[in-house]
Amino acid sequence: MKILAVLAWLVAIGTSPRITPLLAACYFALLVGVTILARLPVGAVLLRAAGVLPFSATFAVISIAAGDAARAEALIAKSYLSASAVLILAGTTPLPKLLRGLESLGVPRFFTLVVQFLYRYLFTISEQAQHMRMAALARGSQSRRGRRASPRFRAASGAVATLFARSQARAESIHGAMLARGFTGRMEPLAAPSPRAADALFLAVGVLAAAALRFLPGAVR
Amino acid sequence: MEEGHYIRYSGWNSIAGRAGGTHLTIVLPWWPVHIPDGFLSAPVWLGLDLMAPPAVVLVARRAQREFEGARAPLLGVMGAFVFAAQMVNFPVGIGTSGHLLGGALLAITLGPAAACVVMTAILAIQAFVFQDGGILALGANTWNMAVVGVLAGYLPYRFWGGGKWRRVAVFSAAAISVMAAAVMALAELLASGIAMPRSIVGVSVALFVISAVLEGAITVAVVEGIERLSPRLIRPAAPERSWALTGLGVAAVVLASCGVLVASTNPDGIWRLAGQLGIAARATSLIRAPLADYHAGWLGASWAAKAAAGLAGLVLAGGVCLALGAAAGRKRGR
Amino acid sequence: MTPQPLVEVRGLRHRYDDGTLALDGVDFLLFPGETVALFGPNGSGKTTFAHHLNGLLSGEGFVSVCGRSLEKKNLVEIRRKVGLVFQDSDEQLFMSTVLEDVAFGPLNLGRTPDEAAPEALRALEQVGMQHAAGKAPYHLSAGEKKRVALAGVLAMNPEILILDEPTTSLDPPAGRSLVALLRNLPQSKILITHDAAFARALATRAVFFERGRVIADGPVAEIVERFHWYPSASNATECLRR
Repeated sequence: MKILAVLAWLVAIGTSPRITPLLAACYFALLVGVTILARLPVGAVLLRAAGVLPFSATFAVISIAAGDAARAEALIAKSYLSASAVLILAGTTPLPKLLRGLESLGVPRFFTLVVQFLYRYLFTISEQAQHMRMAALARGSQSRRGRRASPRFRAASGAVATLFARSQARAESIHGAMLARGFTGRMEPLAAPSPRAADALFLAVGVLAAAALRFLPGAVR
Repeated sequence: MEEGHYIRYSGWNSIAGRAGGTHLTIVLPWWPVHIPDGFLSAPVWLGLDLMAPPAVVLVARRAQREFEGARAPLLGVMGAFVFAAQMVNFPVGIGTSGHLLGGALLAITLGPAAACVVMTAILAIQAFVFQDGGILALGANTWNMAVVGVLAGYLPYRFWGGGKWRRVAVFSAAAISVMAAAVMALAELLASGIAMPRSIVGVSVALFVISAVLEGAITVAVVEGIERLSPRLIRPAAPERSWALTGLGVAAVVLASCGVLVASTNPDGIWRLAGQLGIAARATSLIRAPLADYHAGWLGASWAAKAAAGLAGLVLAGGVCLALGAAAGRKRGR
Repeated sequence: MTPQPLVEVRGLRHRYDDGTLALDGVDFLLFPGETVALFGPNGSGKTTFAHHLNGLLSGEGFVSVCGRSLEKKNLVEIRRKVGLVFQDSDEQLFMSTVLEDVAFGPLNLGRTPDEAAPEALRALEQVGMQHAAGKAPYHLSAGEKKRVALAGVLAMNPEILILDEPTTSLDPPAGRSLVALLRNLPQSKILITHDAAFARALATRAVFFERGRVIADGPVAEIVERFHWYPSASNATECLRR
């Protein structure tokens, strides 16, 4: 399963003691290769993985200032490569499949159900929050310097409180809708993932590649 | 690709929104307290990955036994709510605004068990879908925010929330929740060998304090807003106030974390820290001593030793949290 | 010989938690093959009433659905026979994908996943949404969501369909296609609606709710006229002309 391959990859990256630029380039090349194989837009993937960079860069700077330049390199390289790997996973696997995969690795079904529902209503409720924000803006609560923040603060907390109450009410209705279609307490998955030969091959290749990149440099030296 | 939508959704806004603190006019992309992969050393993330799931299960089961399939939608929806709420701007002054992290809010309204599960789910989504926080580091992040953060956000309310100190209780619950989670994260980073000059540590802690204060204020405002709308939504706090127990518990959590943090960088700091927090000195002297001894032995030791010391501290803090959580659960007779 | 009513309600009373009376003695009959429209001001109890018919709520009085009373042991069967399409489709489509959602009903009724998936696809074909089987509900328009919600209910082979304000968020084309779709469905229907034209197109009889009681029962045109239940800038005849 892809998840296991990614995990192996992450472990390899995570436990590498030193990352020379050459090594990083190897990892990078492999990742780009996989990205192309997965038919994902390479540029977009690389760009989004950079989201982790501000955090890493800050610590890198700190590390350099503290005299640990190697660590700085490692931080940036490791975090970027790890983020890219996860991004590829996320980009190629729709969440429901990802969750079934996690279940087959032992994650309790209750938990994946919570995540599933979270994801389902994530954008719905976020949009709801956006609408509330728009409405508040329309009533003139623009952020302006020097104005008293208090009323806008209260407006924001009122909005969050309202969102809270509405979300709870929504959850009640969803429960009602589940009951109305015969829900008796157990939720059956529609499709169970069955490992295919291709999956096993992918896993083997992935683990081998990760192991190679992890251990070879040490052996060569 | 169908799911392409979420790729466009995330981005600077979401990370900045989850900064959990001020974004000053000088934009500091600071401290979403979600530790990415590649930062923690192997013993640290491995240890926490092993420690976190049982802890989650314990917190989730102990304080509340009625988990049926029907609760999953509620928890999922409230998780989505937290996500959305984390994006809301709370202006607090010139060019500064805070954001809600939500751990304490969830703990107060839904109870620690539900809060723990919801926070874990949120962290999972953040890690897998938005790459906000690493996968290997998920154990650490979960421990920090879904276990420590939730418990630290619940206990003050549980013990102080009845009566006229309610506002203070809510404020401190939220503030301590953020402080504990952030300090724990910092400790983990330091235990992993990331060198940080004292000044930076100081700045970090100062920022934590600011975030904590903001979280406290925001949580109080939101809780009061909810009460006005529908008082039923909030779980009742215990009518009796047990200062000693709470004081001990809270101080232990915070100080164990701080103790580990400081132990990792500077032995002298422990004494100074302990002196400054003289109120709970008696309670924490128990904690101080073993740590000081640890550090005397580990002075100048390798990173493995430091990591071990760090882990020991974390386990200690963990044990305290779990014990308190268990005590809270037993107290309510369930 | 008069046919047995599918739904028989006598003297139904329901009180909210805070004590207010939501339903104050409702009498209602639904015969096989009928389509009845439920009119009434907001808050008059129409939705509460509908939620009694599939056992989501319980109150005092006599309620019999398809010959069964609303006891716990009958509930699953009743919920299979009574398909309720909620007003808010977002609350009804709670699964990650359309197919999973429509298959939810059959799975609950005991079908294996291998049986449920084709049944779900058949239901989606009935409403013309089979192309969207793999989509997430978030990406659908209001009209599409409503049709998928209907499919989710149809997948359980109900005998009665209850639709709660189905046209509220639909644009005119979506509304018209919903009418066409419903016309072709054989089930008996109860339509809660404010839309007099929608009711006229589908229903033979109408019932008017006010403050928790049914105060009138008759042909759609008559009820609409009597209570002025048409939108502002028109009159009854204009509204009901087809």
